[in-house]
Amino acid sequence: MNILHFQDVDKAYPTPNGDDFLVLDNIDLTIKKGEFCTLVGPSGCGKSTLLKLILGQEQATQGTLTIRDNIAGNPDSTRGIVYQRYSLYPNKTVLENVLAGPFFKIPFWKKDERAEVKAYALELLEKVKLGEHTAKYPHELSGGMQQRVAIIQALITKPEILLMDEPFGALDPGTREFMQTLLLELWEEYNLTILFVTHDLEEACYLGTRLLVLSQYYSDDRGEDFQRGAKFVVDQQLHRGALSTHVKEKPDFNKLVESIREQGFNPKYLQHVKEFDLNHPDSWSTLSLEEHNS
Amino acid sequence: MSSRPQRSSYIWGIFARPGRLKWLLAALPFLISIFTYTFFSAKRHEANPSEKLMPSWSQMVKRTTELATVPNKRTGKLVFWDDTWSSVIRIAKGVGLATLVSVMLALFIGVFPAGHALGQNFTNTISFIPPVAILPILLVAIGVGEASKIGLIFIGTFPLMTRDLTLYVKGLPREQIIKTMTLGASQWQLIWKVIFPQMIPRIIETIRLSIGAGWIFLIVAEGISSSEGLGYRIFQARRYMAMDTIIPYVIWITLLAFIADTILRLVIHFFYPWYRANKS
Repeated sequence: MNILHFQDVDKAYPTPNGDDFLVLDNIDLTIKKGEFCTLVGPSGCGKSTLLKLILGQEQATQGTLTIRDNIAGNPDSTRGIVYQRYSLYPNKTVLENVLAGPFFKIPFWKKDERAEVKAYALELLEKVKLGEHTAKYPHELSGGMQQRVAIIQALITKPEILLMDEPFGALDPGTREFMQTLLLELWEEYNLTILFVTHDLEEACYLGTRLLVLSQYYSDDRGEDFQRGAKFVVDQQLHRGALSTHVKEKPDFNKLVESIREQGFNPKYLQHVKEFDLNHPDSWSTLSLEEHNS
Repeated sequence: MSSRPQRSSYIWGIFARPGRLKWLLAALPFLISIFTYTFFSAKRHEANPSEKLMPSWSQMVKRTTELATVPNKRTGKLVFWDDTWSSVIRIAKGVGLATLVSVMLALFIGVFPAGHALGQNFTNTISFIPPVAILPILLVAIGVGEASKIGLIFIGTFPLMTRDLTLYVKGLPREQIIKTMTLGASQWQLIWKVIFPQMIPRIIETIRLSIGAGWIFLIVAEGISSSEGLGYRIFQARRYMAMDTIIPYVIWITLLAFIADTILRLVIHFFYPWYRANKS
């Protein structure tokens, strides 16, 4: 079942001198239910722009973007988001933060329904080991705890797709690994569909079932001087065994990380559009005539 | 040879550690002011027993007690309390109205792009008008009654309150607003369930700052047209050079402002712990 579908999406921003600056260049993408997609790319490649498009915070310059076959409009509960920071309401306790979403939908006079959701929220908080902290305010929590609340807060409303924008970027390495395994557990248990943006290649290769690399470093037949926007240059299926973080030490894993680093992050390594490593079963891409006229 | 740990100075330099001495330091300017006044007052009374400019503390206490406990012959009211009540109510109404309007405007301008386009420049421009300069217009337009006094306090305080609260609303992270919408909130819920509750401590803080300005405009308005009120009494007493009324009234006004400020500060401290924590 398709959750997310991009077709020929361009995103350009106007520049002060009147030209348009192309950020995303003819993007095609389909994400199926249950997929754990990780998205990496060099800085400035448009990862955040892509997320903003999916969220509905920005609009595509061209092309269509659908979520479950509906055109993606303004931000709504079909999409969930976990940011690196500012994720929680500072004036609400942990439990209130988690209940914010459900309580927007359930009016206060439906006491039974509210009690039910509350019990469920407590159960989820228990699961992520925050059972003792439900009455605390976000400023009383550590960074890792805050992000756990943010994840629960977003997944309790059951979004079609959960977007995560470098959610563990500000955490120390130990906490980070703990959060990674926790997220994988939640993903499995609740059959989530996730698009996880990170700048950490190892994290991307470890977490995902599908690895997407967005990069502006590639070549095509539009001429040397053409200002290209970013495209997916890698779209691979990843095979994950055990949840253990030990896989990170295996040679295969390191080889994968190195090859991705070369393909996506080296400004001098320019693959032609027709030679991209797009071997994921759901991967597809239509090129315009100008892009491959040879 | 025993060496004592080096201790920084009690008073001198940027690394001073005054310790308990800081209470004495805090009290010092007050004590000096009181002593200086008492000294010069006594000196002037020695030279001229009917001295009015610097009444002694006992004269001021006597006069204030009279105003606070002996009903006025003509009106039958206790002047001191009547004045206090009238003035406090006027400030409460003026600042209250300003709060109401500025919260609405701040939400409108801060949340909605069209509201920003519509209201931002206008409210900024309004805030440059010196409020006292339009007092004559108020007096001509709505008369010399309560409305013009409350109106002056309102006009004097609401533009800055609006600017401050608008900045606060705009300063809320964009991420939080997007997140709220992804949690399924309506725009109405975003405003009343997410943004407004976070504004409350800031509103209280803005009120704290505005009460000071409120007093200025209250006293000006009462000085020009009124028949009671703390400001009115000060201006009336000036005609008789009744410093024994003016000085206690000024001290009383200062004390009232201090009390209001302290109450509001404590409300934030005890009811909005997250506000202070997130400020830093």
